[in-house]
Amino acid sequence: MIKIENLVKTFGAKRAVDGVSFAVERGEVLGFLGPNGAGKSTTMRMVTGFMPPTSGKVSVGGFDVVESPIEAKRLIGYLPENAAAYPDMTVQGFLSFAAELRGLTGKNKKQAVARVVERCFLESVLRQSIDTLSKGYRHRTCLAQALIHDPQVLVMDEPTDGLDPNQKHEVRNLIRELGKHKAIVFSTHILEEVDAACTRAIIIDRGRIVANGTPAELRGMSELAGAVTLQAKGASLERLSSLGRVESLDGAFRIYPKDKSRSAELAQEVIELVNHHGWKVEGMYSERGELDEVFRRITLPDTAKA
Amino acid sequence: MKTVWTLVKRELGGYFTSPVAYVFLVIFLLLTGFFTFTAGNFFERGEASLAAFFGWHPWLYLVIVPAIGMRLWAEERRSGTIELLFTLPIATWQAILAKFLASWLFLALALALTFPAVLTVNVLGEPDNGAIFAGYVGSFLLAGAYLAVTCMTSAMTRNQVVAFILSVVVCLFLVLAGFNPVTDLMVRWASPAVIDTVAAFSVVTHFDAFQRGVIDARDLVFFLSVIGFALFATGVILRGHRAG
Repeated sequence: MIKIENLVKTFGAKRAVDGVSFAVERGEVLGFLGPNGAGKSTTMRMVTGFMPPTSGKVSVGGFDVVESPIEAKRLIGYLPENAAAYPDMTVQGFLSFAAELRGLTGKNKKQAVARVVERCFLESVLRQSIDTLSKGYRHRTCLAQALIHDPQVLVMDEPTDGLDPNQKHEVRNLIRELGKHKAIVFSTHILEEVDAACTRAIIIDRGRIVANGTPAELRGMSELAGAVTLQAKGASLERLSSLGRVESLDGAFRIYPKDKSRSAELAQEVIELVNHHGWKVEGMYSERGELDEVFRRITLPDTAKA
Repeated sequence: MKTVWTLVKRELGGYFTSPVAYVFLVIFLLLTGFFTFTAGNFFERGEASLAAFFGWHPWLYLVIVPAIGMRLWAEERRSGTIELLFTLPIATWQAILAKFLASWLFLALALALTFPAVLTVNVLGEPDNGAIFAGYVGSFLLAGAYLAVTCMTSAMTRNQVVAFILSVVVCLFLVLAGFNPVTDLMVRWASPAVIDTVAAFSVVTHFDAFQRGVIDARDLVFFLSVIGFALFATGVILRGHRAG
């Protein structure tokens, strides 16, 4: 549904987005990760047709966003950064305004407004003006606006920013559910969201894509992935180091596999060693790898890398 | 056209959901009343016309119209709603036209509420109601020209105060270019052709004809082309911002 080829955006001498390409199909939820100022928002603004790209191509549902902006925009629902909405309008007024501009009238409009109000739990604030709403409600109002025409493509810039943990949870569930039938792109810098909602994630840094894969694949890039952490009475660093590199933690040992493809066998080898020496096991875990370690390693400036 | 109407309704609604619109209307009516009857010597003139009323409009609008139009784009940019607006399936010109029309309609309402002035001259004497009608048409177009300029300056900045000041400066130029004390100053060093050319860019020159009761195609074309040009420039400025 969304296809981006070699997208470049320059602001003066700064290349905010530098040759980004990716595609998102229906049924996919793409998480867009990156440090602040990496080019996430700029990319989304180009996808939604707010900014024209300096070079490269964006097409949504087969329509080029620059050449046929109206047709492309019809397919997109967009939640901008900070959930901008007209503060002087009531929630109801704002949603019918959005519905009318999406070409909905009469009964269809009423139904569309009722549907998103239910979906985003806005019933209690329907007649309140937007500037009197709490941040969570304002956010959901703007999200409701993005969903009003049941779009095939949903683009969200930090949809959970500023929400409380319960609201974050609700929004993530909503994204996952909507993702079954739509193509969704959302940006975030909260890594747990990738696990909670995405089928695929892209990490972008200084305008370039530095990683692209499923959450499990990204986690596999972690040094930690496949390591075994053992907490046992009697265990010693010398004995364990026959299996691979060993790191001594507070009262425990972490054994890294010599070869990542063999990580499945490592756990078995550790158990055999434990049995052989008769150590008393208090705890043992196989590490899946940590996303934030991967994130930090690939997005820190070169000079800061260890 | 339906899209434009939806946008116009939203903008107009924006004026009336706060007390600002009502306060503005009252201030406008008080000022027109003061200028006409006190500063304009309405009664001492001894003639049944609204010359004292219309004569002040180029100056009065200099403050009033930028105050009405300054928020149009500046506020949209400051609050980030411009991103919402331009990712909806609407064309840029539709948004520009809608915002302009909404504010122009509001100014038309303010102008329409000055009808007691018309009643007053009709009670006191026998004015030329055709000339008064032409005066209103001219005044409406004058407000439109100032408003289009304000749209343009409002698109330049995210600060409403800056938009206001820029707009007053540009509109002041449009007034002064044809203001007699200024043209008299130029006589000493400029040829009459130059003076006429500069004066032709002034709203005063064109507005005077309406006050005399003459609706001339040239004056209509002048005001409509100022509006057209300023709105076109607004589009160029907005596109420039989005292109970064």
